[in-house]
Amino acid sequence: MRILYFAWLRAKIGLAEERVELPAGVADVAGLLRWLQGRGPAFASALQDLSVVRVAVNQEYVKPSHPIRAGDEVALFPPVTGG
Amino acid sequence: MIRVQREDFDIGAEIGGLTGGNRGIGGVASFVGLVRDMAGGDAIGAMTLEHYPGMTEKKLAEIEAEAGRRWTLDGSLIIHRYGRLKPGDRIVLVVTASAHREAALASCAFLIDWLKTEAPFWKLEETPAGGKWVAAHAEDDAAAKRWDAGPNDPPLRAGEGRVGVASANEATGRRD
Repeated sequence: MRILYFAWLRAKIGLAEERVELPAGVADVAGLLRWLQGRGPAFASALQDLSVVRVAVNQEYVKPSHPIRAGDEVALFPPVTGG
Repeated sequence: MIRVQREDFDIGAEIGGLTGGNRGIGGVASFVGLVRDMAGGDAIGAMTLEHYPGMTEKKLAEIEAEAGRRWTLDGSLIIHRYGRLKPGDRIVLVVTASAHREAALASCAFLIDWLKTEAPFWKLEETPAGGKWVAAHAEDDAAAKRWDAGPNDPPLRAGEGRVGVASANEATGRRD
């Protein structure tokens, strides 16, 4: 699974992209976020307030209940501010 | 047509390219977004636009296709820049062309409103106090939502990426 981080999430976590094995027991976006929050202080801090975190799976906005599969491209980012 | 690019664009040339040769076009509407020199009381020295390559193009193409379903257009164009920009620089260009002005004006407003809440871009402003990520504005969500009602309720998904708390969009029972 590929995980991408953008904007201040990338800056806080200190990573733009990583490849991880789908963790055991993680079946959906909510589960993945919980797992990420437990990966250390940088992740915990960046993902403290999930109301300002948006998630895309395979480049589509998804809800927390969206399933996660091993080959997915998952992106975490703040609400968008283009235009 | 959509383009995501670092380079600047020539508004006249872009409009000419979109409309050239089509004598059925009666109206062209355009929106140009520029970098301001002030934001929330902070002087802005420069701004860096980050985006999600791949998803950006996908969302812009979806938004443009949706405008084409809602209005009879003879052409449309979205150009969005990324990278470091200075105050006064052009950020975004939206152009729509139609036989009549109503369709051109309305679809142009629709495209920029939806782009602001759907396309994965983020702005980092350089202020005297350091870099500052621009926060999303509630009024942008409201501007996008005004296009949401109606018989042709579109498959747009502005609120779906939000997790954790119930978003305003979810609370309205939006149909997908």
